[in-house]
Amino acid sequence: MKWSKYVKPYWKYFLLGPLCMIVEVLGEVLMPLWYSRILNIGVENHDVGFIVLTCALMVLTALLMMGGGVGGAWFGSKAAVNFAADLRRDVYEKIQHFSFANIDKYSTGSLVTRLTNDVTQLMNFVNMLLRMFLRTPGMLIGALIAAFTLNAQLARVLAVTIPAIAIVEFLIIRVGFPRFSAMQEKMDHLNSTIQESLTNIRVVKSFVREKREDEKFGRANGELKDAAMRALGVVIFMMPMMMLMMNLTSVAVTWFGGNHVIAGDMPIGDFNAFLTYITQILMSLLMMSMLFMNSSRALASSKRIKEVMEEVPDIDDTNAKNKDARVTRGDVTFEHVTFRYYKNSENGVLNDINLTIHGGETVGIIGSTGCGKTTLVSMIPRLYDADQGRILVDGIDVKDYSLYHLREGVGMVLQKNVLFSGSIADNLRWGDENASEADMTDAAKSAQADGFIRNFQLGYETQLEQGGVNVSGGQRQRLCIARALLKHPKILILDDSTSAVDTATEASIRAAFRNELSDSTKIIIAQRITSVMEADKIIVMDDGAITGIGTHDELIKTNKAYQEIYHSQMDGKEAA
Amino acid sequence: MARSLETLQKQYNSAAAPGKGPGSGRGPMAATNSFTGKPADTKKTMLRIFSYVAKYWKRLILVFMFMALSTGAMLAGSYLLRPIINHIADTATPAGERVAYLGRMLLVLIGVYVVGIGGTYLQSRLMIGISRTAIQNIRNDLFTRLERLPLRFHDNQTTGELMSRFTNDVDNIGLMMDQSLMSMLSGIINLVGTLVMMVVTNIWLTLITLVFIPIFIACSRFIISKSRRYYSAQQAALGAANGYIEEFVAGQKVVKVFNHEADCIEEFSLLNGDLRGKQMKAMFFGGIMGPIMGNMSQVSYALTAGIGGALCALGRFDVGGLAIFVNYSRQFARPVNEISQQMATVFSALAGAERVFAIMDMEPEAAHDKNTATPARLDGHVILDDVTFGYVPGKTVLKHISLYARPGQKIAFVGSTGAGKTTITNLLNRFYDIDEGKITIDGIDIQDLPRDFLRQNIAMVLQDTHLFTGTVMENIRYGRLDATDEEVIAAAKMASADSFIRRLEKGYDTVIEGDGANLSQGQRQLLNIARAAISHAPILVLDEATSSVDTRTERHIEEGMDHLMQNRTTFVIAHRLSTVRNANAIMVLENGQIIERGDHDDLLALKGRYYELYTGKSELT
Repeated sequence: MKWSKYVKPYWKYFLLGPLCMIVEVLGEVLMPLWYSRILNIGVENHDVGFIVLTCALMVLTALLMMGGGVGGAWFGSKAAVNFAADLRRDVYEKIQHFSFANIDKYSTGSLVTRLTNDVTQLMNFVNMLLRMFLRTPGMLIGALIAAFTLNAQLARVLAVTIPAIAIVEFLIIRVGFPRFSAMQEKMDHLNSTIQESLTNIRVVKSFVREKREDEKFGRANGELKDAAMRALGVVIFMMPMMMLMMNLTSVAVTWFGGNHVIAGDMPIGDFNAFLTYITQILMSLLMMSMLFMNSSRALASSKRIKEVMEEVPDIDDTNAKNKDARVTRGDVTFEHVTFRYYKNSENGVLNDINLTIHGGETVGIIGSTGCGKTTLVSMIPRLYDADQGRILVDGIDVKDYSLYHLREGVGMVLQKNVLFSGSIADNLRWGDENASEADMTDAAKSAQADGFIRNFQLGYETQLEQGGVNVSGGQRQRLCIARALLKHPKILILDDSTSAVDTATEASIRAAFRNELSDSTKIIIAQRITSVMEADKIIVMDDGAITGIGTHDELIKTNKAYQEIYHSQMDGKEAA
Repeated sequence: MARSLETLQKQYNSAAAPGKGPGSGRGPMAATNSFTGKPADTKKTMLRIFSYVAKYWKRLILVFMFMALSTGAMLAGSYLLRPIINHIADTATPAGERVAYLGRMLLVLIGVYVVGIGGTYLQSRLMIGISRTAIQNIRNDLFTRLERLPLRFHDNQTTGELMSRFTNDVDNIGLMMDQSLMSMLSGIINLVGTLVMMVVTNIWLTLITLVFIPIFIACSRFIISKSRRYYSAQQAALGAANGYIEEFVAGQKVVKVFNHEADCIEEFSLLNGDLRGKQMKAMFFGGIMGPIMGNMSQVSYALTAGIGGALCALGRFDVGGLAIFVNYSRQFARPVNEISQQMATVFSALAGAERVFAIMDMEPEAAHDKNTATPARLDGHVILDDVTFGYVPGKTVLKHISLYARPGQKIAFVGSTGAGKTTITNLLNRFYDIDEGKITIDGIDIQDLPRDFLRQNIAMVLQDTHLFTGTVMENIRYGRLDATDEEVIAAAKMASADSFIRRLEKGYDTVIEGDGANLSQGQRQLLNIARAAISHAPILVLDEATSSVDTRTERHIEEGMDHLMQNRTTFVIAHRLSTVRNANAIMVLENGQIIERGDHDDLLALKGRYYELYTGKSELT
């Protein structure tokens, strides 16, 4: 990914920020110079007027520096915040283009962290970069120039000390950087250990595994402490080392400079100023190494963001040949479709699936947990792509539709369905944002949801909480169905979406499908056999393969798995 | 159709509010959050933090000694410059003598510096060792206590909330221990030392510096109050954006199915834009503190140089004195700033410590309430005798529940969400203690059994499927740590999990991460069943254990477990009636009471609530 994209639109801020900081740097370099003039000229000549004037100039400089610093903060925050906001927007947009497989790869938590913490880390880093990374070297260079101008001979001391300090710094950073990353890793590990123990607290308690968890935590905690000691040890060693170097340098400067002063070829003011510059030079070297240390977190964040931004959505429609095509009839054909989640595993989730569904048919799919039912139907709206074989909708390969048109034509109620915070009406309008009141109530009526919605005090304006936790499971499922119905899809897929709805209500929903959606294809995955019994076609799946296709009457006679499912549910109940 | 910014802000500011846990469905919701509302006793908290450090008092005394040494050395070192400068600038003395003096003094200076730096190094080395160990101990204490707090506590906390105790709060304490205490102490010594030195050097110039202190304080107050205001505005906007991100990233799949990407991008850009503006202001005001305060001391430096210079010109002050005074006046702002900065750290550490200690002070589950001998083993005769219970006083969830279960029996609970099914099983293993009545196992009141022993005898499959980071093998073995690989595989087969496990990338050695996000809900349930099946506990509780498993697999599990259940007492909770059909007794719960009981045929014959449910005339909510 190109980071420059987030700098370019704000190049003025990215430029003005450091420029303002340069004002501060210049001031910082000039101040000791003027101070030396007070000593050299003012004190030497007992010229109080000159001293007052220079003092006024210094105060003015200090105020200008303040202006520069404030300006630097202003442009720095403008640059950093805009950088971050654009980045956040792009990461979010990128996630919008993720396919299901891309989403599966990251956990929700890790995506959220990247969008929140990591972006914030980078924002703070950019701000620091603009205000410090240029200021510090600027100060280094300014002070160096000033020192050499004051007394080039004396400045040669620096030729010895700066490389020495640089070498020490380099070594310290080389040792310190990985140690800080290691500490961060241990911190993350500790956090995930805590999180796991806390979310699993009931399991821990019911199996009486508190001691085991304590030990696990103790280990992670001990590792963190060791890593922290190792990392902090570098800082603890570095600070006195650098101070020692600085002090020795200033002793050296005092010695050589003092001799110059005694010999009379260096004014005492210059000597004083020189000492100040030496301190500035060494301090900025020290600052630089600290900043390097601190950038390790930003680096980690940038890597994690980069990972998301460079994730290639494995489903897109750029090569679609028939982008204007729309789903009109609702025919679905699977030709030799194979799919596996782990690309190197032996057994696929789906193996050589062949299937034809005609427009307007009602198709039930039934089979055991993990047999591939959900995967099968997910391929129709291209939530996943087949590894081999192809899927045709209305005779056109799904890969040749534009994703938008394909998914407009296919309505799907997911197994793990989600309602969003907002009113019921807001949620239903996801299916059709221009839906009229009447459209909405029609869809809700078909999904057998109108009744309970009207029983809420605020009716369709009832606010749902995040995830729709304030309605019951059965109600949630019916709202999700109504939402999908509002799309008026040519193909409607229900993935185990009526499991919490009672059988009588479910029968009414099926009846509504028959009447209102007679020319749409309905594909229903269910665990309850009554949900699929009346379908035109029932598909029985086992272990990634179709073991039977037919009507209820056919399957009950021929298909063993179907019989088993039937008997597991219907024994003792007269067959409907 | 994207919503407006106002709507979004309203929605997600409340959505981002803390304390909204995912604990849907079951259990207590109210009960006051008992560990934030306590009045703070700063002195006590401080002493308690100190007690973690005080254990290492010998080392601590050394730390203080080294600190005093290094601070003194640094002050002395900076003062030594005065005679040096005065001497070398003193043209009255012969050059050779001046050079010799310079050499002597510099050697002394090197000695002073080495002592000072050595002191600093030893001081921080020792202190870091002490503070990191103390922090480690605090974390361990906190974790150990958290693990042992009753579920009543955990019910009212979100994981994120507790996590921030470990991260933010403990980190703040750590920060304070690492730096603040020492740097505040050395800051104060420095400040006093510098002030004394300044007064010794020149009283008038000292007064100029002192004039700046109130200006410093006024300025920083102004900036802090401004930045605090913008900071909270930023936090609100950030909360809204984060709330939105959390909800929609979690619902991303639905977004895709409904072609809703464009709307989401539009809504997010509204929130992002709002955040952009507010963040800018907050960052700006947060960022000007440094330059304003720093350059204020430049002003004071300029004035000192000017006035000091004038005094020198008039012969009232020496150049060496001015040189060190200028240094002092530049240094003077530093300890002031440092102390005020550290004060902030100390306050947040204290606040954090209060929250941490409040948790540590909570009453853990007692290991053993009464002294009764532990029986060698339990058989599993469970009796509930007129049990009444409420999570919150005054709100009973279970009313007068009585039942008897024998080994080999399967007892089922059926009822709507909130009817109290899960609560009954929670009482069995004493996740909660009952208010009235009695629960006995093999005739012994469960309150008389050691808690760990009791729980070891009840294998639970919980409604929320949770797995641990580790291999599939390790996860199943969690049920009985000494189980062999063969036993694990046998348990997996019994739970019908073996076939899907073998299809995983590395079979039983596949590492489960992030609570098994890569497994389907049904697969997670199968693993949970296997984990319980491997335990030898005589009592088995299956709480919606197969709700996401298809009926045929469920039947296979039942067959597999028949043998297992023979000598055990099994409690089953299910929404799906086919799951409970073959139970010895089915209890239909409504509003905390058993309204119908009997086996499947009895209940159908009764033509009551169970009959309605079974025939699909009514729905469980």
